[in-house]
Amino acid sequence: MTADRHHDDDRGSFGYIIHEPEGGAAGVTTEPVDGEGRQPLFRTEDLLLNMGPQHPATHGVLRVVLELEAEQIKKATPYLGYLHRGTEKLAEGKTYNQAIPMTDRLDYVCAMANNYAYVRAVEKLLGITVPERAEYVRTIVAEMQRIVGHLFWLGTQALDIGAMTIFFWTFRERELLLDLFEALCGARLTVSYFRVGGLDPQGDLTPEVIAKLRTFLSRFPANLEEYEGLLAENRIWLARTRRIAVISAEDAVNFGLTGPPLRGSGVAYDIRKAEPYGVYDRLEWEVPVGRHGDTYDRYWVRMQEMRQSASMISQCLDRLPEGPILIDLPGVTYPSREKVMTDMESLIHHFKVACYGFETPPGEVYCGTETPKGELGFYLVSDGTNKPYRMRIRAPSFVNMGAFDHMARGYLIADIITIFGTFDIVMGECDR
Amino acid sequence: MQPIADLIAQQIPGAVLGAVEAFGEQTVLIARAQIVPVCRWLRDEPELAFEQLSDLTAVDWPEAPERFEVVYQLNSLRYRRRLRLKARVPLPACEIDSVSPVWRAADFLEREVFDLFGIRFRGHPDLRRIMMPEEYDEGFPLRKDFPTAGKGWRNTFEFWPAIQAGREVRIDADGLTAPKPAPRSTRPDGEAAS
Repeated sequence: MTADRHHDDDRGSFGYIIHEPEGGAAGVTTEPVDGEGRQPLFRTEDLLLNMGPQHPATHGVLRVVLELEAEQIKKATPYLGYLHRGTEKLAEGKTYNQAIPMTDRLDYVCAMANNYAYVRAVEKLLGITVPERAEYVRTIVAEMQRIVGHLFWLGTQALDIGAMTIFFWTFRERELLLDLFEALCGARLTVSYFRVGGLDPQGDLTPEVIAKLRTFLSRFPANLEEYEGLLAENRIWLARTRRIAVISAEDAVNFGLTGPPLRGSGVAYDIRKAEPYGVYDRLEWEVPVGRHGDTYDRYWVRMQEMRQSASMISQCLDRLPEGPILIDLPGVTYPSREKVMTDMESLIHHFKVACYGFETPPGEVYCGTETPKGELGFYLVSDGTNKPYRMRIRAPSFVNMGAFDHMARGYLIADIITIFGTFDIVMGECDR
Repeated sequence: MQPIADLIAQQIPGAVLGAVEAFGEQTVLIARAQIVPVCRWLRDEPELAFEQLSDLTAVDWPEAPERFEVVYQLNSLRYRRRLRLKARVPLPACEIDSVSPVWRAADFLEREVFDLFGIRFRGHPDLRRIMMPEEYDEGFPLRKDFPTAGKGWRNTFEFWPAIQAGREVRIDADGLTAPKPAPRSTRPDGEAAS
């Protein structure tokens, strides 16, 4: 019977689409839905689909509940907090130095950038400036980290879309930079290389590291072209990134997006230009800006940023001045290892800085830094003791995640992975 | 250019309760009831154009008459200028108007403050917990009266006095138990066995 009616029906084989109001009665509707009093053959309801929290493409533990109409996403509700470790609360019980390793574990792909953002906020509170060489080395490692972060994004995003080769290629280059981080500070990911007042004095840029870095920089532009050769005219890549996850410039600003998602929408805002720190105001570089606000433009922005970063590192290496990389500020920085081993007062001093830390003037500062993900801000409230009264981390991944639902609506379920990946989110930073 | 606090006070009388400039940053204390009109004006005024809400958070001052401070970090991309607004929220009601109609970035940020401080935002479209589990009912983690190192439950465990005293603790199928002190064997002459 049903089959006959099916064939009689000239409205196509998918019957009628009925939308139940939310919370409405489930079951076959008895209302006639067309003029001839016929009942629908098929009924379609919105489908709730759970994705995660353990999903290989979410790059961390994120759960998204998708409301689908057929294949189309009507609403995407992210559920965060699976990686919440209470970093802000923990920092209230630690001295300023002890919080540095915790910042490594925010965006664990780009630990250098997090260290930088944090120590800048503390230095602003203390009102200290770091030595010239430290500014250069900081800029160099921050830009190396930006390349590492963008390579990581590019490889995983392409892998999610189905391109295997590029993942191995980007990780090959990333490995070279991580080896240099290892040479600098002994760690590849959770580096803790920055100190309040400079950098770890044990890990200055040696001539060997500089030589390796120069070799890397001489090959890197050709590597980037290789990646683009795989992607820029690849039909699958274009189909999966162009006109996907579009956000207008106004919306991007209103949603608080920062970093490549903001610049991909055509807003030329970069904290390194707007509020220069390090030596960014002394280098020649440009802010790449997209036009369409889609995943492809964000990809393009990141590719250009890697080129700019490589050029910035070269400029820094050319001008790298001699000198210390840690300010000598008794009470704040550690005395040198040699002194600690030979001098009684320095040993006591070292002990005091390690155990008690240093006091900061009472007050509050907010300091935003441009990390590969966007604006990482630290808001420190000090009550004059050796521990922050409140440390607030403005994580770019968390704020960018607020626009996820807006950007996912209307696209197909197959696109959800690229829409998620387009922000370059690391859940460690999102959940803190 | 006039200080921003004066501009706000001219535009919306009674909104500004104080202003501080420190560490090169401007902070304006806003009357709680006026926070949404002030934010909307700061966003729409072409001379100021604070189009972006960088951050929204809170600070707990348990001793203060109005306990919580909600902190708004505003950013003007056009003029490359930042501004910090603050509004005090007292405890029993613990409510303030939501700025999510002004900046949609406030959606998640206010949910986080609600979750971790227990401040409610009137007019928020979807005020739910965001970091903690939805059924979590042990208080608000970022309040100062929430301990960082446990609430002392461990001290109520049976085996805890034994661990404190440095005695041996056995692990049974039932869990940790402290062995009962063995009866002291005594020699006939009354001396304790070594």
